[in-house]
Amino acid sequence: MIEVSHLTKRYGDHTAVSDLSFTIEDGQIYGFLGPNGAGKSTTMNIMTGCLAATSGEVKAGGHDIFEESRQAKRMIGYLPEIPPLYPDRTPREYLDFVGRAKGLTGKELDGQVRHVMAVTQITDMADRLIENLSKGYKQRVGIAQALLGDPEVIILDEPTVGLDPRQIIEIRDLIKSLGEKHTVILSSHILSEVQAVCQTILIISKGKLVACDTAENLEKLFAGTTTVELTVEASPREAAEILHALGHITGIRTEPLEDGQCRLLLDTDSENGDTVCRDVFFAFSQARRPILRMNTTRASLEDIFMELTSGQDAEGAGKKEADEV
Amino acid sequence: MRAVFRHELSSYFSGVTGYVFGAFLLLFTGIYTMAYNLKSALANFEYVLGNMSFIFLIIVPILTMKVIAEERRQKTDQLLYSLPLTMTGVVAGKYAALLVMFLIPIGIISLYPILLSAFGNVYLPAAFSSIIGFFFLGAALIAIGMFISSITESQAVAAGVCFAVMLLNYFISSLADYVSSTAFASFAAFTALILVLGGIFRLMTRSGFASLVLTAVLEGCLLTGYILNSRAFEGLFPKIMGQLSLFDRFYQFVDGIFDLRSIVYFLTVTGLFLFLSVQSLEKRRWSE
Repeated sequence: MIEVSHLTKRYGDHTAVSDLSFTIEDGQIYGFLGPNGAGKSTTMNIMTGCLAATSGEVKAGGHDIFEESRQAKRMIGYLPEIPPLYPDRTPREYLDFVGRAKGLTGKELDGQVRHVMAVTQITDMADRLIENLSKGYKQRVGIAQALLGDPEVIILDEPTVGLDPRQIIEIRDLIKSLGEKHTVILSSHILSEVQAVCQTILIISKGKLVACDTAENLEKLFAGTTTVELTVEASPREAAEILHALGHITGIRTEPLEDGQCRLLLDTDSENGDTVCRDVFFAFSQARRPILRMNTTRASLEDIFMELTSGQDAEGAGKKEADEV
Repeated sequence: MRAVFRHELSSYFSGVTGYVFGAFLLLFTGIYTMAYNLKSALANFEYVLGNMSFIFLIIVPILTMKVIAEERRQKTDQLLYSLPLTMTGVVAGKYAALLVMFLIPIGIISLYPILLSAFGNVYLPAAFSSIIGFFFLGAALIAIGMFISSITESQAVAAGVCFAVMLLNYFISSLADYVSSTAFASFAAFTALILVLGGIFRLMTRSGFASLVLTAVLEGCLLTGYILNSRAFEGLFPKIMGQLSLFDRFYQFVDGIFDLRSIVYFLTVTGLFLFLSVQSLEKRRWSE
């Protein structure tokens, strides 16, 4: 368990992290979400003792990361944004060094090195120089390093950045499997990734925690409106007349299409989504105007993310990153 | 610390640095032994080491340039920070590995006087005391090189600065002869030093007021001392310059004087720069 309380980090006049407090419970996968420059890496660096906070404290299993750094650091495995690898060593030599630095010796060391190489599937590459490995394998060596010493918490800073789609899926699966035994915290600016892997999401913007909940709860909390989108065989005027009598619709946008068809967007409260669909279906069938397509869209996590991080000039950046997915 | 030591040592052996360092040292020892002991038939091995001490200007930068700078460049320093290691342990492990790399050629060199004594009358105590002096001088210079490597992330800059510092130290006692030894010249030189110190302090703390106060206080002390006893300032600056020379201390060993004070001096310099290296690593954690 990691407790972060009132963490603040200033660089001169610039505040990177401001009064951040949260608790990481055991046995979950946490996602640290935020646009670039939101303070994710800074927070992770402070949590792992790589960086000193201006004020506030971090406790891992009750041990302060600075006061009792040895005990605290043994509980945490960390993969920084750039995997800290020695290019002129082989993965086996590298893991041997890290294992010894974490206090492992003899048979236990050999066993653990073998184990983490098997888990991260780098055994085949164990005796090649790290500089000759592909980016995906380098990332795996970095993760293997974090796993040594069997830490309770594994912190991964942007573990899938710069990988190809296939490697991304492999790393995500690996992270999910790690989540069965360890508490995992991963940071990302990619929404779908956090959504796919994490149980709890912490959204951080401009150095502040703006939300901390499960993905579903966040959606429920912020999904104010539902939009029903449908394409009908009717002119916009006819469609407007048919819809006129229906309740629960808070807004109608129409858009004529070719062949006498028309696209409609109906806004409604989230709890009335299904009712509106039913009413629309019967109304159009009674008027003998076929509905060709109909579906509802709820506010997605992406919208929530945009809403939470917008108005803080991160909007453009956030949107662009979301598009990268 | 042991993990860092093992890791560093094995990377010296798998890389080229350690071999280049050892080869250079042995090559020059070989050439000078050939010239002095074999060609000129001198029975004093200490002259060999005395005359080749300039070799440190080249080999210390080669050995130490990447020891910490490379960690920063590769971002592996983050690994060291996140592992359950202390910075003192990291510096001690790295320094111990450097010392072992230095001790290996020293061990080979130690055989030379013994080999030579088979063919003539070599005074072994003087030869070995100079080897001991040579080792402690090298140890101190390596500590300085390590500190320089810790303040930059570029190997080239580390090597360049290290070379410049070694060069300055090598010539500092000769330079001292050219410095005016009047009391006022010393006063002026100290004033210049205080200003430089104030500037460095300003750069490191980014506090204009504190550095002004520091400069004013130091300058005040200096001025008071100068007014009260200006005669004490005569020749003081060149004298201090001479005292800073590590190489001069070593020449005493070459002259056949085994001076424990010099050993203590070398050890103090070593300790000071190892301490500064630790501080340099710790500082980065605060201001990165």
